[in-house]
Amino acid sequence: MGDVTATAGTYGRLVGGRIRADWQYRTSFVLFLVGQSLVAGFEFASLAVLLANVDALAGWSALEVAFLYGVSGLAFGVADLFISQVETAAVHIKAGTFDHFLVRPLGPLLQLSAAEFAPRRLGRSVQPAIVLAVVLGRLDVDWTAAHVTLVPLTIASAVVIYGAIWVATSSIAFWTVETQEIANSFTYGGNELTSYPIDVLGRWLRRAVTFVVPLASIAYLPACELFAKPLPFGLPRAAAWAGPIVAVVAVAAAGTIWRTAVRHYRSTGS
Amino acid sequence: MAPIIELERVAKTFAVRHRAGRLRRQRHEVHAVDDVSFTVDPGAMVGYIGPNGAGKSTTVKMLIGILLPSRGTVRVDGRDPSRHRIAVASRIGVVFGQRTQLWWDLPLIDSFALLRHVFRVPAARHAATLATLVDLLGLGPFLATPVRQLSLGQRMRGELAAALLHEPPILFLDEPTIGLDLVAKEAVRSFLAHRNREAGTTVLLTTHDLVDVERLCDRILIIDRGRVIEDGTVDGIKARYGTERTLVVDLEAPLPPVAIEGAAVLRVEGPRQWLRFHRDAHTAADLIARVAALAPVRDVAIEEPAIEDVVRHIYGR
Repeated sequence: MGDVTATAGTYGRLVGGRIRADWQYRTSFVLFLVGQSLVAGFEFASLAVLLANVDALAGWSALEVAFLYGVSGLAFGVADLFISQVETAAVHIKAGTFDHFLVRPLGPLLQLSAAEFAPRRLGRSVQPAIVLAVVLGRLDVDWTAAHVTLVPLTIASAVVIYGAIWVATSSIAFWTVETQEIANSFTYGGNELTSYPIDVLGRWLRRAVTFVVPLASIAYLPACELFAKPLPFGLPRAAAWAGPIVAVVAVAAAGTIWRTAVRHYRSTGS
Repeated sequence: MAPIIELERVAKTFAVRHRAGRLRRQRHEVHAVDDVSFTVDPGAMVGYIGPNGAGKSTTVKMLIGILLPSRGTVRVDGRDPSRHRIAVASRIGVVFGQRTQLWWDLPLIDSFALLRHVFRVPAARHAATLATLVDLLGLGPFLATPVRQLSLGQRMRGELAAALLHEPPILFLDEPTIGLDLVAKEAVRSFLAHRNREAGTTVLLTTHDLVDVERLCDRILIIDRGRVIEDGTVDGIKARYGTERTLVVDLEAPLPPVAIEGAAVLRVEGPRQWLRFHRDAHTAADLIARVAALAPVRDVAIEEPAIEDVVRHIYGR
């Protein structure tokens, strides 16, 4: 445990170093922040327009849709803040700086996350967090102890699942460097998908989303449980609780892929 | 004394794919390191030299755990660096001459503070080590300067301090003097010599500047086409390959080139003449006596072969 605390401390210091370095370029830092806020504002406006004009989306009320947006958006934002940096592995491999991570007594993933930490990404989580805070009190949910736990559990699992997808897709960089596009189509695309109930999608795509890329567990299945709706495909109610299991499996898979990738890098060189 | 670095029959093969025709891709293997075995004792200072593409960097990358060997075994401080990367990382210091490990936009001192946490050096210990290094490398005046504003010489001194903050017993340097001016090169060299002498740090350095080797290393390993082709002391290698020496004589008066069998006059400048002779053909005393027999001699000097010439000769074989 002491080891985990020490590592977290080191991570914090490294992130601090990165933030101080960014602060050297104040103007660009501030402009980025303004840009991010504008993007977040537009996103919020479009959602507000949608919610104000549509009473129900595929049988879901506006509040329920907002809940889905809040949960998946917040999880995505947190994963974006801490894990999306893994995408820059390609840049570090090209520049040869990945070698520096390997000669220090810390995991390269942790160092990458700290070295490329961008506080401006915090903006991504603020929006959904506000939405979530607003809708949670107004939703018609039977707030049993189990239901209360389900919300943070779902968010935490979702962060982990998004992170795992990011790590797994970015690992391709170790074989071929131009991977950012592929990784983005999974992550950013995935976020768009889980912001809306999957009923609006076609049946086949729905299947794929539920079973192939387990994004549905991120917000949809738990939402069905909370709003007392039947789960799709006659899944048992317990499936709403599958988030943490999916997260554990995703982490194990992503970890294996990442380690294989780093090993591949070390056996092929830059 | 057990060796601190051991390589046994180490090879590193890269698969290179290139297009052959429309869709076919041909795969062929490049043997960057073919069959390298050597050991280094604690406290030694070894120069690892060779032409570009000879396999120097590949060997170093295997030693520091960045690359997995295709064959053979590597041990650094008793451990396999590819399997115990993290354990080995805290026992070694690494300096890449061409890339910085420092935080580019932060004051130099911040890089040191961050590295203290990365290597988990206790605060008091860190303070003491840092004070010594700042003093020895003269870092004081630019500790608060962002790394990007440092001159190359200042930065390189910073890199050395950064690599040694966790007091590793082994230091790997990949071209540590590249691009430096003479004063900066000399600062780096005397620091390394001092560190080796005082702290007993084992140093393995790759370089193209043979003055580094001549000044610092008690041993040179020459690698070419993935194999170690020479392993010995600087003097030993010079004696073996530097068979041609030059006698510089100052005569009393200008004369046409002196004619002595087994010695060729390279240059004549007024009363001064340069005679190249083979170590086996004449002893220096013998040659001086012969010159003196032909004309009165005021002064003599013997020029030993420069290590550059020797190495050029070895590469050229």
